[in-house]
Amino acid sequence: MSGFPANVPAWAALLAAGLVLFGAGLTFIGALGLVRLQTFYERVHAPTLGATLGMFAVLCGSVVYFTGAEGRFMPVELLAAVFFTATTPVTLIILARAALFRDRTDRSGDGVRVPLEGECAGVVRTPPDVITDPRRSDAPQDR
Amino acid sequence: MSGAVFYWALVVAQLFLAGAALIGVWRIAKGPRAQDRILGLDTLYQAGMLLIVAFGVRTGTQQYFYAAVIIGMLGFTSSVALAKFLMRGEVIE
Repeated sequence: MSGFPANVPAWAALLAAGLVLFGAGLTFIGALGLVRLQTFYERVHAPTLGATLGMFAVLCGSVVYFTGAEGRFMPVELLAAVFFTATTPVTLIILARAALFRDRTDRSGDGVRVPLEGECAGVVRTPPDVITDPRRSDAPQDR
Repeated sequence: MSGAVFYWALVVAQLFLAGAALIGVWRIAKGPRAQDRILGLDTLYQAGMLLIVAFGVRTGTQQYFYAAVIIGMLGFTSSVALAKFLMRGEVIE
């Protein structure tokens, strides 16, 4: 069994271990959402728990540990934290839009009924003129 | 005493992250459609990145952190490229 080296103060090592454990637990809980949730549109939100707060906690633990180890403040991890916090919603939005596009144009999916634009509670109010994809089988033909 | 707490907290944290990566692999293998597989890949690289950071804290060397940064950047790029491919059928228009 090995602990932390002698040049690291105990408060820094314990605080870093707590932060890393907290972030890892959040990441695991977020990944469990991939198993528990039923549809893709619910599942796509689950791992972002680990990608934002979990990642931030683990990187803060790393900052605390190496600040205690080297005796000076070296926040290179915070640069990566800002980068990953900025890129996570981009991935989420592009992936959700791709899935929405596929569910609207391809009905061979897992049976998730996605409302079209202009359609509310199963009643088509206006023929959606945004649909110009020729692969749709129920695209309005008279327009 | 505090050395043992530090050691076991990091071991448990690494087990949590390995479990998250395994769930990502399971979703890649099972996922009913392609967007579920991309979501599993996203979870997998995030858990792997955090696993490398936790390993760097446990061993006390900061060099592993840069590998984690590279994994994060390439994972973000690959996820965006795969989602773009699902939407358009090509990556670079």
